[in-house]
Formats: sequence, structure tokens, C-alpha cells
Amino acid sequence: MQKYDALIVGGGHNGLVTACYLQRAGLNVLVVEKNGWVGGAATSRELTPGFLYSNCSYVCSLFRPEIMRDLELPKHGLQVISYEGGAVFTRDGDYLASYRDHDSHRREFARYSKRDAEAYERYARDVTRQCRFIQPLLMRTAPDPFGFRPRDISELLYLAKKFGEFSPHEMAETLRFWTMSISDFLDEYFETDVIKAYLALSGIIGTALGPMSPGTAYVLLHHYMGEVDGSVGAWGYARGGMGAVTQALSRSFQASGGTIRTDAEVSKILTRGGRTTGVVLANGDEVRADLVVSNADVKRTFLKLVEETDLPGDFVHRVKHFKMRGSSGKVNIALDSLPEFPALPEGSNCIRGDMHFTDSIERMERGYDDWKAGRWSADPFLDMMIPTLLDPTMTSPGKHFMSCFVQYCPPKVEGRDWTDADRDAFAETVISQIADYSPGFRDRIVHMEVRTPREIEAEVGLTEGNIFQGELTFDQLLFNRPVPGYAQYRSPIHGLYMCGSSTHPGGGVMGAPGRNAAAEILRDLKRSPEQMSKAHDVI
Amino acid sequence: MNAMTKSAADLRRAARDHIRVPRLETPFHDRLMAISEVNDWYNWAGYKAPHSLTDGELEYFAIRSTAALFDISPMVKYRITGPDAERYLNRLTLRDVRKLGVNRVHYTAWCDDHGHVLDDGTLFRLGVEEFRLCCQERHLPWLLDSAFGFIVDIREETEEIAGLALQGPTSYAVLRDAGFAGMERLKPFDIATFPHEGGEVTISRTGFTGDLGYELFVPRARALSLWDRLWTAGALHAIRAIGYGALNQTRIEAGFIVANADFMTAEAALRADRVRMPDEIGLDWLVDPDKPNFNGRRAILDARRNQTLKHILVGLEIEGNISAEHAIVYHRQKHEAGLVTAAIWSPTAKRNIAIASLERPYGSKFTNDLWVEIYAMRELKYQKMMKRAKIVPRPFVKLARRTATPPGLK
Repeated sequence: MQKYDALIVGGGHNGLVTACYLQRAGLNVLVVEKNGWVGGAATSRELTPGFLYSNCSYVCSLFRPEIMRDLELPKHGLQVISYEGGAVFTRDGDYLASYRDHDSHRREFARYSKRDAEAYERYARDVTRQCRFIQPLLMRTAPDPFGFRPRDISELLYLAKKFGEFSPHEMAETLRFWTMSISDFLDEYFETDVIKAYLALSGIIGTALGPMSPGTAYVLLHHYMGEVDGSVGAWGYARGGMGAVTQALSRSFQASGGTIRTDAEVSKILTRGGRTTGVVLANGDEVRADLVVSNADVKRTFLKLVEETDLPGDFVHRVKHFKMRGSSGKVNIALDSLPEFPALPEGSNCIRGDMHFTDSIERMERGYDDWKAGRWSADPFLDMMIPTLLDPTMTSPGKHFMSCFVQYCPPKVEGRDWTDADRDAFAETVISQIADYSPGFRDRIVHMEVRTPREIEAEVGLTEGNIFQGELTFDQLLFNRPVPGYAQYRSPIHGLYMCGSSTHPGGGVMGAPGRNAAAEILRDLKRSPEQMSKAHDVI
Repeated sequence: MNAMTKSAADLRRAARDHIRVPRLETPFHDRLMAISEVNDWYNWAGYKAPHSLTDGELEYFAIRSTAALFDISPMVKYRITGPDAERYLNRLTLRDVRKLGVNRVHYTAWCDDHGHVLDDGTLFRLGVEEFRLCCQERHLPWLLDSAFGFIVDIREETEEIAGLALQGPTSYAVLRDAGFAGMERLKPFDIATFPHEGGEVTISRTGFTGDLGYELFVPRARALSLWDRLWTAGALHAIRAIGYGALNQTRIEAGFIVANADFMTAEAALRADRVRMPDEIGLDWLVDPDKPNFNGRRAILDARRNQTLKHILVGLEIEGNISAEHAIVYHRQKHEAGLVTAAIWSPTAKRNIAIASLERPYGSKFTNDLWVEIYAMRELKYQKMMKRAKIVPRPFVKLARRTATPPGLK
């Protein structure tokens, strides 16, 4: 039986990133993926003829450019394109638009409040300052304060130094930023409801918290620290859908000699004497490997794939209580023509950006109230986009793919499992919200893929359908992610590593966890990570 | 209340079409467009503004030899009124506003709590309780928040008010011939108002050129007729419309600084070390420690007492004639001492001049043996030069006609 140097459990973007780096460093790497395709939550599948969807994740900003370059992803077909604008539709038939042009953006805000229009600069400055502090931390292994190894101490010092570059005033800001609710934070800058609702969205996306919950201001930061070609905070589309990211990764991996096995679900990670020896697949096949790297989330990895008896009790306890609550759903829609939004001026570029219908923080918070009661939001908030307006590769001309991210959506419905009828009713709340603002919308629908946390967990494997493999709150970040003492991609079992979004620096199609995990593995193997370039400077 | 809410919503709706013109046209755009030969526009605070209209060099000489007309409408303008307006502005800004008489203007600056400069600008006292503040950046939230406890009304009026700068030796003659009687009595920083087309035009003897000159403010609707009035009267005095390129040359000669070009404003600075106190950008003379408390006072005075000021802004005269824009300044050709923020060969002074920001003790203690390293791109090759620089007082160009009252006709 063939034995691999390293075996990656799960072909999501982070698993593939780790696989690529290890293979390029000379290891013989196998990726096993339970689905018939790779990609995890970054996939583009054609579920109805002539339409490619971005089935889960749908926009790209966080994916680290260093990784794209190291792994030659452009050569393997990856192209990320910027998009422009966006809008929140208001209930009185108006809208608040967002424009890339600085002055247009200000004038649009000024329609609602001259004060808010001029406050935006200060808000953007403060957010950017915080992003500049966090960005360099993304591509570094978090220090382990439990370790007291020279490296951990120097990493802690690095953190302290970065922090020390701030004025005392900014330090105070940082602590506030990492702990405040996005609603309180925005109140300090803005007075207009719809403006706050528009900006708050990034604070709660994918998170089982409401805009008034402490900790949501950081979630917003997490969404601002990406970039498109150096334009920090900008978002773009992967040409061909988000599957293009993982397709490029898998081609890069295979081009360097790596092996991918699809339709190969891991049922058990094998251990002997506190050390991993490989995995058993669902079909009973055993695959042996010196190292096993799990791209699955921390709960799935240690509560389902590893024998609990092989793990320290405290660790298991921590993993069980790692917050990974499903909070969102996704509706992907194939349209035979471009929907109309009469509120927008004709020819508006808002339609090429992200569109929302939730015009107040209060409505968002009410939506969260429904989630707490175990129901999907009766008045959900949507992050809706039509990537086919900029990406000609996903449908034929004139036809469109619409991606609707939907929040909130609970992992269980009032304590019981989802049924198909629930799923259809959930989809109906989404469609009817869109139809309220877009006459004739229903008639344009050719096909729909509706994904509640049930579908996301069943297909992608994310526990409870949590898109970040664990919430991005301060208690679950840096050396506390996923478990204190195990924040450096290693686990209590020798040779078993983690590389998914459950690890530092967390979720989103960023690739940093996968890269950092590969760096730690190569360190343990005493191999120099030659093919891994340093994180770009933040100057 | 209901009716009011409705009209606010209607106004908001009516404003939606702003996106059809992402780059606004100033109230004078029709005239500028008609004159422009080179279509050399740039973005000034969201407005289409000319960098030059015909020929930048000739436009410069219009400022220094005849009369130049420059559209300053995009400048950010706030109207501040109310019984506490004076007290409020005195609390906000560095200079003593109690000393600013009605129909007078002064140049000033304002700081955040840490004494870091938020902007500089000109404060017009239009009445006992009525002021206009003109500046480069936008500050409405800061101005509103600072008004806590004062009975004062603050309104942004940038789009409503058109502004023109008329600068140069014949500018007084132009105004006189345009029928603005009594202009000869206007001393520098005086304001006068005149009827114009059923409305009013405010004329101040101010400017950004260091030359004889005036600034005129008029409601948007009367902008074009004011332009035409000046243009007609100016024909005999060689009036010429100019763009920013020419103006910028003269403001460097006059030693004036530009926010976010010669220093970073506190609200724009991302990096903690980029902010500046007034004393670090040559504005120490604005700070009046004897007036009642003002924003940043304690921080500024502490920094003076503890000698913790980190930077200094200086005027440099550089050998040779190659402009040193954005060159690094060295001490003894070795130690990095700072950066040139603006530089030109001055056609009027016939000297190579620059404004530079130095890191103390360079510029304060070490004032000799300064050098600038100039990289001049010439036909796809950098000509590298190390040139000696001497600290000299600003302004680089001082013209008697700027302050002569009554002003000369040419």
C-alpha cells in the first residue's frame, strides 16, 4: 500500500493551499475529498445547464496575493476582478448607493446627512488604521503564550511592538474596536439609520450575533482587511465564480505532482501511540501517511474523525464549546434576464455591486431575534450580487446568475431538523423580499439552489453550516483560535495538523490558515519553506 | 412635522441624479470651458478644475504682471452664525477671534485635542455674529461636535457660494473699472460688500499669491454675471484666466503651505507619526497662548515646554536651477533630515526655492550643511545631483504692491 508523506483531509481552499506548499517543498501529498469535486465552500458548479453558480462564498478580497503568486495561480487560471458600487434599497422607494468615486460617495451620503457625508473620512481612516495593524498578523503564526519558546516570546514581542507603534489613543481605540458592537461603533460616527445599516452589514455577515452584540465591530474589520491588487478593503469577483480559486489551486497542486482523490470521505483519522498513521475512508480503504492535515473544522475533526479517548479531556471540552453556530443561508438563482430595480436610476452602476434591502440596524437586530428563537428571519438581510454583469464566463449573454447571501438562518428550526418544506419556505422569504423591489422578478427565475445550514453542513461539511469554521469574536482569535495552547496548527496528536478556517487568522477565502499551517509543518520537518514568500509589507 | 419630513425626503430624492455628473462643474465652468484651449482638468474636491487653460507659463506671468482670474469655488466653505459664533470660533481655532473685526479676514488653523493640525484656512468676519470659514478639507462633524454648549449655527455652503480670486498688479484697476467704487480704501484683509445684479458680492483683499489681489464671493446664481463684469473691465488690463499650476508657483514664492501637500491633516493621516503640531509646520505664530482656552492649547504648550516637537517646516534656497520637488534633505550629505514638500525655480526671485519638512534637530539646531538629493528625469535617465541648500526666511518673494494702500494701478 502506498504511503504518503502528508494527507490532507478535505479539498477546500485552505487544504489545497497547504497541499500545494507541501508538495512544492518536496513532500508526496494526497488530498482526499468527500465530494466528487474539490473546492469546499469555494466552488462553482453548474446545477442547471448554462449557468455556473458561486455556490457558497461569492466574492473575493481576503485571498492573500502572496499565495496567488507563490502557487502561480494566475498561470493556472485565476483572475480576480474588482467590482463597483452597491446599494441599500429603502422602504420609502429610495436607496443609498455606494460608489467607488470618493466624491460621488460623499454626495450620496450627503443626500441623507451632510454631517455623515463628511464623517465618512474619519470613519474610513480609523478602520484603515486598525486594518493596517491586523494585516501583518494574518500571515504569521499566532504566538503561543503557553509555549515560552524563544519564537513565541519574539512573536509576542512583535505583537507588542506593532501595538506599541500606536499612540495611547489608538491603543484604546484598538481595544474598543475588538470588543464593541458594530452598532455602538457606528453610532460614534454616523446619525443616519440607512448609512449605519449599510456599513453594519460587514459586522454580522456569517456571524451568529446581531449588530448590537459586542464583538461585531471586529467582524467588520475582518471584512475590510482584504484587498484587490493593493486596494485595501476592496472586493472583487473571481472570474468563473469562486470555484476558480480552488480550480486554480488544484491545477497548481497537480502540476507540481500532487494527487487528489475525490469521492473519498474520511471516516476516521488513525492514530497509534499518540501519533497519526493515516486515515480510513468511508468505503473502508485505509490510506497511510506520516502526517495528516485536516482542512475540516475543529469540531468535525476532533469530535467526529478522531477517537475522543485519544485526546486530552480539557481539549475536547474546549472544542465542544468552540462557538461555531450556523447563522446564514444562501440562495443561488439562475435568471433568464436582468432583473429591474425601478428605484435605481436607469443605467446605474449600483446593480453591478452588492445590493441590500435592510435599511436600519433595528431591522437587522430583529432578524437576529428570530434566529435566537430558532427561526429564520422573517425579514432577512440579503447580500445580493449579480456577478454575471462583470463576468461573462458564468452564463450566456443576457442571462444572469444572482447570488443571495441570507442572514439569519438557524442550524435547527425551533430545535428540530430542517425539512424540505422549511427550506422552501425559507427561500420564499428571500424571493418575496427581492420581488418587493423588483417587479416581475419571479418570472425571470430559471432555477434556484437553496442552501440552509443543513445543506451547507451536508455538502461542504461545515459544522452547523458556519461559514467561518468558528465565529470571529475576540475570544476565538489569535492564540485562542481554535483552542488555547493549540493555536499553531498542531493538535494533541503527533503528526495531526489543522489548516482550516478554525485556525488563525480565521474564515473567509483567505488561504492564510493553509499557508501558515504549511509553514509550521515544514518547520517541524526541518525543511525550509523556500517556495513561500514573505508576507507583503504593510508600509 | 410631517410636512417637513416629507420635504426632506423629496429633497433627498431630487438629489439622486448627482451621479450623472460625478465630477461637478463649478458655477464658472461655462466660461472656463470656453477659454480652455488645452483641456487640462484635474479633480479638486470633486470639481472639474483647470490645471491650466492655455499656457501655464504665461498664466504665471498674468499673476505677476497683469491680472489673473482663478476659480476658487471648490474651496470648502462653512457659514458660522449666532450669538456665540465669536466665542465658539475662539475656542475652535488658534488665533484670537476677538481681535478679528467685522469686515476683516485672518488666516488661521485649528487642532484636535492632541494639538495636531486639522486644517488651515481663512476666517471671514462678515458681521458681529456672522463668519465664513474657508479651507481645503471637510470638517462638518468636527465643527458640529465642537459647538456643544455654544449657541451657534453651522452650515456647509460650498456649492451655494461661488468664489473667484483676482490677483496681480492690475487687479485693483480691474475692480475699479468694473464699478466697485471705494476699493482703493481696502487694506489687506479688509472686506467690502457691493451690490451686484440685484444681489451682493463680497470682496476681500486676500489671496494665495503674495501679490496685490482680491477674492470675490457671490451666490451661485450670480456667478457668471460677476465673471463677465470682471472680464469686460479687465480687457484693458490684460486679464487672463488661469489654472492651478500657475497659482501653485506663486503660492510657493509667497511661502504658503497647502494642507495634505506640505503637511498631513490629522484626520487624513493613517500613520501615527505623520500628524503635525502648528509649530512643526511653521504656524507657531498663529498660536495665541494668552487668549481663552482653545482646542489643542495644552498639548501645544506642553510640547513647547517639554521640547518634544519633532518636526520643523523651513524655506530652502537650493543651488542651481533644477527643481527639488519631493527630494530628500540630508545633513552633511549623509544623515537624512527631511523631505522637500514643494519646490520650483522662482521666475520672480530668480532662485531655486523649496518648502521642506525637517526632523528636529535638523532645521532647529543643525541649520547648516544641508543638502538635497535631486533625481531629475531627463530623457529616461535620472540625473542624480547633491545640491547645497540654505535655510532662508519665507516668503521667498515679497512685493510692496501686495500691501500698498491705496493700491497701484499696475
